[in-house]
Amino acid sequence: MSRTLSAPVTVAFDYTRSTGPVVGRFLSGLRDGVVVGGRTSTGQVVVPPLEFDPVTHEATTEFVEVSSVGTVTSWTWVPEPVKDQPFDRPFAFALVTLDGADVPLLHALDVASPAEVTTGMRVRVRWAAERVGHINDIACFEPLAPGETEASAPAAAGDEPVTGVVTRVSLDYQYAASPEESLFYRGLNEGRIMGQRCPTCQKVYVPPRSACPSDGTPTVEEVELSQTGTITTFCVVNVPFLGQKITPPYVSAYVLLDGADIAVLHLILGVPADEVRMGMRVKAVWKPEDEWAYSLENIDHFAPTGEPDADFDTYKHHL
Amino acid sequence: MRDVAVVGFAQRQMPEFDGSPTCVELLVPVFKELYEQTGWTRRDVGFWCSGSSDYLAGRSFSFVQAVDAIGVIPPVNESHVEMDLAWAMYEAWLKIQTGEVDTALVYAFGKSSAGVLRRTLALQLEPYTMTPLWPDTVSLAGLQARVGIDAGLWDERAMAEVVNRSLTDAEKNEHAIRKGGSSVEELLARPMYADPLRKHDCSPVTDGVAALVLAAGDKAREVRERPAWLTGISHYVDPMGMGVRDLTRSPSAQRAGAALDLDGVEVAELHAPFSHQELILRRELGLGGDVVINPSGGALASNPMFSGGGIRVGEAATRIWSGEADKTLAHATSGPALQQNLVCTLEGKI
Repeated sequence: MSRTLSAPVTVAFDYTRSTGPVVGRFLSGLRDGVVVGGRTSTGQVVVPPLEFDPVTHEATTEFVEVSSVGTVTSWTWVPEPVKDQPFDRPFAFALVTLDGADVPLLHALDVASPAEVTTGMRVRVRWAAERVGHINDIACFEPLAPGETEASAPAAAGDEPVTGVVTRVSLDYQYAASPEESLFYRGLNEGRIMGQRCPTCQKVYVPPRSACPSDGTPTVEEVELSQTGTITTFCVVNVPFLGQKITPPYVSAYVLLDGADIAVLHLILGVPADEVRMGMRVKAVWKPEDEWAYSLENIDHFAPTGEPDADFDTYKHHL
Repeated sequence: MRDVAVVGFAQRQMPEFDGSPTCVELLVPVFKELYEQTGWTRRDVGFWCSGSSDYLAGRSFSFVQAVDAIGVIPPVNESHVEMDLAWAMYEAWLKIQTGEVDTALVYAFGKSSAGVLRRTLALQLEPYTMTPLWPDTVSLAGLQARVGIDAGLWDERAMAEVVNRSLTDAEKNEHAIRKGGSSVEELLARPMYADPLRKHDCSPVTDGVAALVLAAGDKAREVRERPAWLTGISHYVDPMGMGVRDLTRSPSAQRAGAALDLDGVEVAELHAPFSHQELILRRELGLGGDVVINPSGGALASNPMFSGGGIRVGEAATRIWSGEADKTLAHATSGPALQQNLVCTLEGKI
């Protein structure tokens, strides 16, 4: 058995950004098959244009169309591309100074091996088949064919200025639980609720943590908790939200398991929502064993035990 | 200005940490080590500041969970930066300068191996025209290395010399995860990876945590016979775009160094995650051949994200405590291709 449990996790988000007038002008140009630079106060043509001048800090207002042909000023080989790079096979990243510009632009260069790239080589933009106003409207750079001096511009693809851009960000992780969290989830997979006791303050944490948040002391003593507990506080959920698994109204409650010092948040069923109350005694209701996994969802919900309510004094320190 | 010294340093580094990216498990023993070094308890620490990133952890609010390692009942005076430990130290130094506190413990943690580090770091780039291309850290460093090679400012041999010295020195560093020098010829005979970089030109992906303790005046003298006084600290940043700066230079490192008195520096710990970057930094900081560079082995031997820069400060401080040097320099970098740089000097006497 490995020391800790782990699982793949993907964190993804589509970032939607407004462009402002300068970046918007650049991206509108790409959509229309034209590379647009901005002139700085020192007279340099910079691609992509800078929103504000690096010297005077004034907003960039002078735009210059530059060529889609240029010269490689630096390059690096990418032997093992990572997800979402312009190519999923080896390629080069290059800095390319387009004719008419004074500083280089970063993009991919489509060549089959490092032997096919040199600093100073002439390259041209390969436009994407579909252009929407995004840096990926430039599919990549490609070597200029012998004798070729100009790249033909594609047809413009829109007439409204580009004002927004969507960039999809998706990150893959192998997420490991701490040894204490692993204990907790392994317990759940066996139908047990495991906590740990702090050796300094004697508090029992469920789920157990790597250190007692009060003392900073690692909690080592394992404690199997009762499956019965007391509702310390609760709320009736009436508001629908994205990803909601249960139809409202339902009750979400803090359940202080007997022997624990921290309540766990769970669902209360088996009683009308308006009859749930602080001090109500409840017990864990598990899903069928063949549905168990390393998850708190193995406990389907908590339901009333029918015992008399707990005295307020028994849980007042846990609110 | 108040006299502030580095009086404690602890670190943990490994190629792959088999545990939670909140790294509480690693921070607890590091804090314990610092309580032993200082003779303090957590109640003697006036201010806490951490450096980390949720993009590295793959979860939200990982720095909040890390606070468990401190123990925060009653509450502690605490802050966080999404920057390297060296910048957390800068915030703590400022906090001590305000007079609000006399002591601080700063820490950083990162589990780089949880994702694809060189890809994740594309999220620190300009989001409209750079991040969508996912230019990985190694590629950006390769572009920088080539510009210098083409300009004749350095060559593959000079880069290999940096690597050979670093990996040789790393043999004496128990925390280094890559070590063992050979020869420049042997290194140059190894295959190219991200041409013009070989794998040994790039710092290894490293998981880990590190922490530093700062104290003002007599508080520092109570802890150590010879505190490492922070006699200067400065940081600057260059533009984000790769096209708008001369990649063979690091103007922000130059300016940070120029703001300090670097005369008499005997040892410099430079945070250069790629071999050619050490060559740039040596030039920008005007470090002559008499300055010992990276006796710890530097970032080419191990480079835990968010700790790698602060570890340079800790290594530079250790050489003051031991009496091995009277004046040392520590440097930390952040962002692509040496974009942001912090430089500080540490001295045994003030």
